[in-house]
Amino acid sequence: MVDLPVEKAVVFRTTSVTKTYQMGEVRVDALRGIDLALYAHEFVVLLGASGSGKSTLLNILGGLDTASEGQVSYLEQDLTHATDKQLTNYRRDHVGFVFQFYNLIPSLTALENVAIVTEISPKPMLPQDALSLVNLGDRLHHFPAQLSGGEQQRVAIARAIAKNPDVLLCDEPTGALDSSTGVVVLEALERVNRELGTTTVVITHNVSIADMADRVFYMADGRISHVDSNTSRTAPSDLHW
Amino acid sequence: MRAMDKKLWRELWAIRGQALAIVFVVVGGVGIFVMSLSTLDSLYGTQKIYYQDYHFAHIFSGLKRAPLSLAKRIAEIPGVDKVQDRVAAQVNLDIAGFDDPVSGKLLSLPIDNLGVLNQLYLRSGRFIDPRREKEVLLSEKFANAHQLRAGDSLHATINGKREKLTVVGIVLSPEHIYQIAPGALFPDPQRYGVLWMARKPLASAYDMDGAFNDLSLTLTRGTNEQDVIDRLDDILKPYGGHGAYPRKDQLSNRFFSEDLKQLGTMATIFPTIFLGVAAFLLNVVISRLVGLQREQIASLKAFGYSSISVAIHYIKLVMVIISMGLLIGVGLGIWLGQGLANIYTAIYSLPFLAYTLEPKIIASAMLVTATVALIGTLHAIAKASRLPPAQAMRPESPPIYRQTMIEQLGVQRWLAQPTRIIIRNIERRPIKALLTSLGIALACSIMMISGFQKDAIDYMVDVDMAMSQREDLVALYTEPTSAQSLYSLRSIEGIEYVEGFRSIPARLRFAHRFYRTSVQGIETDGQLLRLLDSELDSVYLPSDGVILTDYLAEILGIQAGDSLIVEVLEQHRPTIEVPVIGLIKQYMGVNAYIKRETLNRLLKEGNVISGAYLDVTDSQETQVYRELKDMPRVANVIIHDKAIESFYDTIAETILFFTFMFTLLGGVIAFGVVYNSMRIALSERSHELASLRVLGFSRAEVAYILLGELALLILIAIPVGLLIGYGLCAYIAFEFDSDLYRVPLVVEPDAYSRATSVVIVSALLSAAILWRALGKLDMVAVLKTKE
Repeated sequence: MVDLPVEKAVVFRTTSVTKTYQMGEVRVDALRGIDLALYAHEFVVLLGASGSGKSTLLNILGGLDTASEGQVSYLEQDLTHATDKQLTNYRRDHVGFVFQFYNLIPSLTALENVAIVTEISPKPMLPQDALSLVNLGDRLHHFPAQLSGGEQQRVAIARAIAKNPDVLLCDEPTGALDSSTGVVVLEALERVNRELGTTTVVITHNVSIADMADRVFYMADGRISHVDSNTSRTAPSDLHW
Repeated sequence: MRAMDKKLWRELWAIRGQALAIVFVVVGGVGIFVMSLSTLDSLYGTQKIYYQDYHFAHIFSGLKRAPLSLAKRIAEIPGVDKVQDRVAAQVNLDIAGFDDPVSGKLLSLPIDNLGVLNQLYLRSGRFIDPRREKEVLLSEKFANAHQLRAGDSLHATINGKREKLTVVGIVLSPEHIYQIAPGALFPDPQRYGVLWMARKPLASAYDMDGAFNDLSLTLTRGTNEQDVIDRLDDILKPYGGHGAYPRKDQLSNRFFSEDLKQLGTMATIFPTIFLGVAAFLLNVVISRLVGLQREQIASLKAFGYSSISVAIHYIKLVMVIISMGLLIGVGLGIWLGQGLANIYTAIYSLPFLAYTLEPKIIASAMLVTATVALIGTLHAIAKASRLPPAQAMRPESPPIYRQTMIEQLGVQRWLAQPTRIIIRNIERRPIKALLTSLGIALACSIMMISGFQKDAIDYMVDVDMAMSQREDLVALYTEPTSAQSLYSLRSIEGIEYVEGFRSIPARLRFAHRFYRTSVQGIETDGQLLRLLDSELDSVYLPSDGVILTDYLAEILGIQAGDSLIVEVLEQHRPTIEVPVIGLIKQYMGVNAYIKRETLNRLLKEGNVISGAYLDVTDSQETQVYRELKDMPRVANVIIHDKAIESFYDTIAETILFFTFMFTLLGGVIAFGVVYNSMRIALSERSHELASLRVLGFSRAEVAYILLGELALLILIAIPVGLLIGYGLCAYIAFEFDSDLYRVPLVVEPDAYSRATSVVIVSALLSAAILWRALGKLDMVAVLKTKE
């Protein structure tokens, strides 16, 4: 556990962000005005039911999607009006992603799946080190199909952190895993946050995970309903669901 | 190796089946392209070098007899460069062990054996020793047909005297690339040959000492050919000139050039069709292949790979596949091209073949292939990139389905759910269905071309050689002879029926257009030569006009009722005017027919004929032509069946080669398309199909949904493909029209059924492979993961 820095540097700031998109013939208002500020080094959990807009928010923060209206900024950089190229560079240099379904490249081994990111990063760690950090140092040459779901997700985490990102964005990282495997994955995330100081945002609909966060944002219907600050973070191994 | 490149190679391996199918398609297109064009280039190149190095003349003329001094006068015509005079004679030959009549053209050689024009290429043996009288050189084709070598001998009847001649060398001449007897439609190297001997003995045998009866010359650059021909004709007229003609009308050159032109057609149309079809398929297949990687493309972009580097990655993948296709295709093309060029060298008497492969051929094959592959790839990537990565990684929103038109008609109560899935799927993405169908249709259509040529040629031979020309033998006289001679022919035992004809070379003219051919004077109620109209009914030949082959009428732009000017090129060379009274259908040759009595009258000659068509009792054919051969006035005998045989011999090898190539490569393309369509359909829908399996559908039921859709598309594709195929055949037939023959548009049921079977067999094979793949659908994975 680390103490929050005295000077709370704002990493992300959003102002009145909305997002509307078309799903087939249905118009979906995914976000209806989000205002928030996320600070350096903090571990944030976005909690909400399916369809509450948490994934959409995460994608916008990560530069995978753009807001329909409102302002989004990362440090000094305006993400709202960024070009495709600027967003690509932003993702490449600053953001690590972990997805619910891992999105590993099936044709590459664990090591290579990490290498595919480190090869294009300006200040990466060694792929082996990233995998050791998630306790997969002994499974470097396994293909995704040869790994369990938890292992695959840890490869995905290693891949996300190997570039030494400034922020780590995780979309339901334990969503496809049973609870004991989920705990291992969360431990990996906690360790990265603690040892590397990476600002981490995890979205989940699993309330238990909220206890390991510095702050918890509750989302419903595309809005943030309220924010909790934990005075102390619970270790992942003490979480149960 | 970078991780991206490892991904490339491993994925390439994973889709090796599909990649291979794409390679096949490229190999098919590129192979045909390179083969045809390189063969064509090689032959044109060889022709050019041969003509140049061996000084092939520009203008030729035969004449009755002129003193040598005349040659000098001719050399003084402005624009004439070199002149070569010589003595030429038609002779009958006798080869031990060969009973059929053999005729030959005997040409005099200058003392140095080379002369200034139409020089010989010595293949084996030696040139003639001018001091020895009985030495000859043989044309290679003829020598090979009889396995004659230097040192062998043969007999010739030279001006009525039987002489034993010793072969000293085997040669080739630029004048006789295509060796064809006068009056024959096709070359027959066994029964017609060209021979060269020293001038002195030949001249004295034909009373040509100090004289010549054959002349050729070259022109200086920039000379007007027609001017020189006119001047030459004027000079030669008092000496019985037959009318000078330019190189383009020289028989061997004309046939060879026509063949090259046809090969050119074949070498441009076929490969263009093949490469076009292959390109289209490549585009469809690749855009769908890359489209399948939508999620991976999104992931890569999420990591920070730019659209450009993602595009480059997939371009690399595609380029690796098509490079393999190009490499094999070009290699195959070169190999086949050399094979084909060798076939052509054998068909034509060419001394050498300069096989050339222009880099631009390979470059254009590469360019076309790479461009279409690139367009397909970029299209798919652009489509995948257009979505923000977040959206691309989400499962695609359920596609919009509606009740189909068929269902709206109220048919749905008879359709089970799986059938509804099939129909809705096709209706939802009609463009995709259309492209798949069109791809299969095109594959089907190129299969039609392969059988078409043979069908067309069979029909052509049947109409012209069986229905129209029905004689067993044709006897050609050395010179116009009284029709009384028919009696002596009729008296030969075994000859059942004779029909005389008068044939005269002429230049036919209408307005500013003209054409050089021979006018045939025939019997009105002919039994052995019948003129047929386009419905294959007999045409009555009245006495007051001329009937033309429809193709000739087209060349001259003349119609029935117009007046045709006939400039006769023999005898006293009268110019006569005759009305055209009708047109006939003939696939081979370009002819004008007139009643024989009328022709005799117009030529102001008596009741004379140039030869006769003979109907002979089968069992006595050998006996009959032996007797004919001994008749001094008979210059040549053409055996009808042997002519057909030699025609097939000439073309069989090329036709066989092309048919084989087109069947093989057409089949490869057909299979490539069908297999890829099925494979991609499986990849695109494996999730859906596995879900159905989870719900309790059997493998067969799931297969029905997938294969049923393709079966439906194939069913639509086949008739469309046959229709397109027919169109392609029509186009080829049209492009193949030439003086020598017109290809009739005849497509036998065989061609349709063959094309259909290839598509169906490809479909069954692909279905079998797919059936196995369906057995391996991972149902558990479906439950666990999103799409």
